[in-house]
Amino acid sequence: MLKVDGLNIAAGELPLVSDVSFTVAGGERVGLIGESGSGKSLTASAVFGLLSDDVSAAGSVRLEGVDENLVGASENLLSSLRGSRLAMVFQEPMTALNPSMRIVDQVAEARLIHRTVGDRAAAHRDALRLLEQVRLRDVAELGRAYPHQLSGGQRQRVLLAIALANDPDVLICDEPTTALDVTVQAQLLDLIVKGAKERTAALLFITHDLAVVATVCERVLVMYGGRIVESGPVAEVLTAPEHRYTKGLLDASDLETVDEGGRLHAIAGAVPAAGKFPSGCVFRNRCPRADEQCEVSPPWFGEPAHGHACWHPVGGDA
Amino acid sequence: MALLRKAGIFLLTLAIASVLVFAFMAVLPGDPAQVALGVNATPELLAQTRHAFGIDRPLPAQYTDWVGGLLTGNFGRSYITGDAIGPQLVDRFEVTLWLVGAATVVAVIVAVPLGTLAAARHRKASGTVVSGLSQLGAAIPAFLAGIVLVEIFAVSLRILPSGGWTPPDADPVAFLKGLVLPALSLGLVQAAVLTRYVRSAVLDVLREDYLRTARAKGLKPAQALVRHGLRNAAVPVMTVLGLQLATLLIGAVVVERVFVIPGLGSMLLDAVGSRDLIVVQDVVMVLVAAVLVINLLVDVLYTVVDPRLRRAR
Repeated sequence: MLKVDGLNIAAGELPLVSDVSFTVAGGERVGLIGESGSGKSLTASAVFGLLSDDVSAAGSVRLEGVDENLVGASENLLSSLRGSRLAMVFQEPMTALNPSMRIVDQVAEARLIHRTVGDRAAAHRDALRLLEQVRLRDVAELGRAYPHQLSGGQRQRVLLAIALANDPDVLICDEPTTALDVTVQAQLLDLIVKGAKERTAALLFITHDLAVVATVCERVLVMYGGRIVESGPVAEVLTAPEHRYTKGLLDASDLETVDEGGRLHAIAGAVPAAGKFPSGCVFRNRCPRADEQCEVSPPWFGEPAHGHACWHPVGGDA
Repeated sequence: MALLRKAGIFLLTLAIASVLVFAFMAVLPGDPAQVALGVNATPELLAQTRHAFGIDRPLPAQYTDWVGGLLTGNFGRSYITGDAIGPQLVDRFEVTLWLVGAATVVAVIVAVPLGTLAAARHRKASGTVVSGLSQLGAAIPAFLAGIVLVEIFAVSLRILPSGGWTPPDADPVAFLKGLVLPALSLGLVQAAVLTRYVRSAVLDVLREDYLRTARAKGLKPAQALVRHGLRNAAVPVMTVLGLQLATLLIGAVVVERVFVIPGLGSMLLDAVGSRDLIVVQDVVMVLVAAVLVINLLVDVLYTVVDPRLRRAR
């Protein structure tokens, strides 16, 4: 359904995302994980065609049934796809709704823009139905409310309802639950998975939370330094990681084991600023296993859908 | 409840303003009776006149008389002509309202599209040009703009009158023709200032997440801005517009003089010229009250535009 090939994003001369390729089939749920600054959100924005003016993308993003490459496509084409075949839910529910517009109108607008329905009354009815689908209660009353009268969890449901309004083929979720309380996270994740399944939509789910990936996704892409460093089925990548970075992420999220000093595991150092990544393997300045070989950029080992880019994979060498 | 509090503050401010205006007039040197009668007046006649004006009484009594009169619609009589001030004040106020209203319309019609354009294209040359021009325009005094406009449209092109006033019910066409130049000279300068505020308000809104949501729904950038941005940009712009209306009233004083318009401004200047202090006092009080009413209206309008303010107030 969605095929990204050789995607590069740069701010002027500064490369931010390099040679990212992946596919997501209809009905498939793929996670994109990595720390802040790894290029996940940029990748998602590029797929969605909503990069800010100061960065530029090259490479190819293809949507099934559309002949044109979405990278560099006209605003006309992109805006006709956005909200209809391509949909996105963003991280920050508190500020993502128009504060001076009633909830139901904001949902109904999504149905009206793409002329999915003929008139306002039908759009209004659809909006209430969509709000019910994301399990909001008393939708007639809630629809008349303004965003500031809703909780963060409710607002994110409204945003999900907007994203699902026109039965998209591709649903991109950029850390949709990060800003929410843990208790409401699970319900929302459930709704996202259900919404995507019912529409056999390709789901691209961006998060830094490994537990969330394990719940939601079937396949996972691990990003670091603007590159995909490992990919594969969730069960395998999360239990038997091959790339040293993935291993580090997993160790860091393990709250039951500690190091010799009695502290939780952490990845040494911090994610460098954009442009400050080392040459060769982008992870080598933080990697415990790095040696001279890592000064050369590692190739991709294995299948495109299941492999890694590491000279010294976990369990792969002595 | 919140509205009651606002109304209370409004009345209190008005009361304080009346004391201040009265006090300023009272401490001004000069004897109105002397001014009215000239230097050759006899002491007896002066005393008689002071008594007739009511200025021989203690200041607190004068103040309560004045305010009591204002509250009952009795604005007193001119020291110079002896005419009742009230009816004249009403006529003049209507003229000034037309002028200020028209100038506001000019300012909004010019500033909202230009400011929005400057914000939407702030990285492009056209946006920078608009910002630069508005910077320049804001520096021009209204009377200068008026003189230039008269030079072009009245003296050179001869398509509009250079001054004078026709009441709207006497001849609507002549009324409108006469209103154009003064409204432009007053409004364009305000438009320049307002453009800069509209620009920055729209720039702020452009950075908002809900505009990205609007784009994500499939709206083009301009559609997203118009449907979701402008209303939210309106609140800060309204604040500035409210403050500007106060400036407009003051600006009208000068522009009325340039265009020979019989409004509050020329009434005030004439009264100052002839030292007709009671008229000055009344006109200033009306101007102050008008500014306060405008601010109260802006406060009420906020809650209409921004639903978030409804609960808080």
